[in-house]
Amino acid sequence: MNPALHPPASATAQSPARSGKNLRLALILLAIVVGSLLFVSVQPGLYRAFCEWTGLYDIDRAQEVAASAIPGRPITLQFDANSHDGALLFRPETTVLSAKTGDIMHVVYRVENTLDRTVVGQAVPSYGPQYAGNYVKKLDCFCFKQQTFAPREVREMPVVFFLDTRLPEEVNTVTLSYTFFEVPVESRK
Amino acid sequence: MQATSHTGYAGHHDHDSHGHPTGWKRWVTTTNHKDIGSMYLWFSFVMFLVGGAMSLIIRAELFTPGLQYVSPEFYNQMLTLHALIMVFGAIMPAFVGFANWMIPMMIGASDMAFARMNNWSFWLLPPAAILLTASIFVPGGAAGTGWTLYPPLSIQMGMGMDMAIFAVHILGMSSIMGSINIVTTILNMRTPGMTLMKMPLFCWTWLVTAFLLIASMPILAGAVTMLLTDRHFGTSFFSAAGGGDPVLFQHIFWFFGHPEVYIIALPAFGVVSHVIPAFSRKPLFGYVSMVYAIAAIGLISFFVWAHHMYVTGIPLTGQLYFMYATMLIAVPTGVKVFNWVTTMWRGSLTFETPMLFALGFLVLFTIGGLTGLVLAMTAVDIQLQDTYYVVAHFHYVMVAGALFSAYAGLYFWLPKWTGHMYNETLGKWHFWLSMIFFNIAFFPQHFLGLAGMPRRIPDYAQQFADFNVISGIGAFGFGFSQLLVLVIVVQTVRGGARAASRPWDGAHGLEWTVPSPAPYHTFEDPPHFDQAEAHG
Repeated sequence: MNPALHPPASATAQSPARSGKNLRLALILLAIVVGSLLFVSVQPGLYRAFCEWTGLYDIDRAQEVAASAIPGRPITLQFDANSHDGALLFRPETTVLSAKTGDIMHVVYRVENTLDRTVVGQAVPSYGPQYAGNYVKKLDCFCFKQQTFAPREVREMPVVFFLDTRLPEEVNTVTLSYTFFEVPVESRK
Repeated sequence: MQATSHTGYAGHHDHDSHGHPTGWKRWVTTTNHKDIGSMYLWFSFVMFLVGGAMSLIIRAELFTPGLQYVSPEFYNQMLTLHALIMVFGAIMPAFVGFANWMIPMMIGASDMAFARMNNWSFWLLPPAAILLTASIFVPGGAAGTGWTLYPPLSIQMGMGMDMAIFAVHILGMSSIMGSINIVTTILNMRTPGMTLMKMPLFCWTWLVTAFLLIASMPILAGAVTMLLTDRHFGTSFFSAAGGGDPVLFQHIFWFFGHPEVYIIALPAFGVVSHVIPAFSRKPLFGYVSMVYAIAAIGLISFFVWAHHMYVTGIPLTGQLYFMYATMLIAVPTGVKVFNWVTTMWRGSLTFETPMLFALGFLVLFTIGGLTGLVLAMTAVDIQLQDTYYVVAHFHYVMVAGALFSAYAGLYFWLPKWTGHMYNETLGKWHFWLSMIFFNIAFFPQHFLGLAGMPRRIPDYAQQFADFNVISGIGAFGFGFSQLLVLVIVVQTVRGGARAASRPWDGAHGLEWTVPSPAPYHTFEDPPHFDQAEAHG
């Protein structure tokens, strides 16, 4: 070790007075960091409060408003199922239901493949009265895509939907009817 | 890059019992601002090549319509990592490297205020870079959300997203530590006589930038932490299914994200404010207005964030406010451009490589600023949101703005760092290849955007094919031209004409009063501050 290479005595940057001053400033800057972290941590709450105050974003009230615009009314729902080719035994678990428009409903259909071979089918809905179909809002339905059934398979399949509250007043009963068609090999997806 | 013959000891904390570590230990343990500055610069160059390679994968895929080389998922990962690496791994560390090297020398300080913390700030970067790049290889791949990390996609992605989040945390810590260091150094360690209004502009830009970082990096850290808890701990800050709002993330992200744009741009302004006066052989025009413009840009940058969110359904009043506020930023920026041009007015100009890059910056940054004004207009932005017009815009300000300015600074200060002059012919080749290929790569993207080509999609309709070919040629040309930098820097480090202590006759400032290469330790005692070296 060469003594000539040692640091000079006057390392001004590290004089105690300056060190203290630097440390104080660093602490102030650290306080800004902490303030910034606090600021971002209250954002979710502030955002919600701001949006509610201005009415920009309020899911709860938006739903209330939507619901109160046209209140739901009692209605009778009928469910029907047909199998076009006879290969599938197809029926609804519930046939009649009393409900309110605007309510989300969940019904189950039961399908049985009566054959010893794989059957690919597609359910096609129809409505009674026909124009009520415009007010049936399906969120999920087995009729959205082709279904493949193993030989002798039994399966329960759901439909989730609601009836638009704008359903014309003269309609008090809506029938939801599905017909299963076997899909020919060349149209299978 | 540093001549080791001058090195006597590792730093101020090493006393008589220690010698100066050599080999790799020197770099791991160093507290010397010049060593750390060099490491920042080399790190950023490596990340620049990595991020650049990713952009070439993107351009290769886009060379013709259809899917050729990569899957859409991988394409999304590439564009995300390209952006994160270029912003946090290349451009920001490059300017921190300049800050480390130059700020103590510009203000006559012996080192940064917190030398040990300076070492930590740097050594946090490699782990973050490894997390980011290694995330490509984990199941599900890297984050594929774009650098904005928008939920709901960022809530649904695989563990690559978590790695990106942790990388952002680490990078944020590094930036905050670096910024505290820079502010303290600038405010407390200037040589006697150097008042704030005589301080070099690079220091001013970094002072404001460091404050922006200190205030905005915790915001980003908070946003990604909320993402993390939404992903793993059942919270619903941004998850609509649990009553959260993805738009909240966009607000928080851009409240960080817009200052971030100026965190990148301001130091670039600072470098150019040194290079243009030096090669015009005139003092900078309107120093005071420059300082106020920097401060104004820094301040306003916190109040314009939602101009990235015009299509999220913010109300008309909000759209109008953010439109006008965004246009307001163009005023101080315009002041700066005006001052740079006026500095050159009737100067005795020469066109060495640093000046060429500064002029390239000036022209192309102005184009990028102008398209920024176009995008600020709500009605126009709704049409152009997420098209290639936006991609063209921000590459004009990020590449031609920040990168060109970094090159200007590199060639400007390389003689001071290495003691050698770089190869001027190669430097000019580097500039002209970059300038031409950059424009070939990015100018057609304006047309693509106006014609409606969406960004972040690996395939496109036939009618966009021709401009994408042109853009691809430009991108590959630009990418490979950048390898010249490596050649030039390595050549300059190894040898070349001896550089005088003031290799540019028009350059002013304390950094030019020390020999070239700058000794390992400079300004152990505060230097006399000669008015001839004063800025402003």
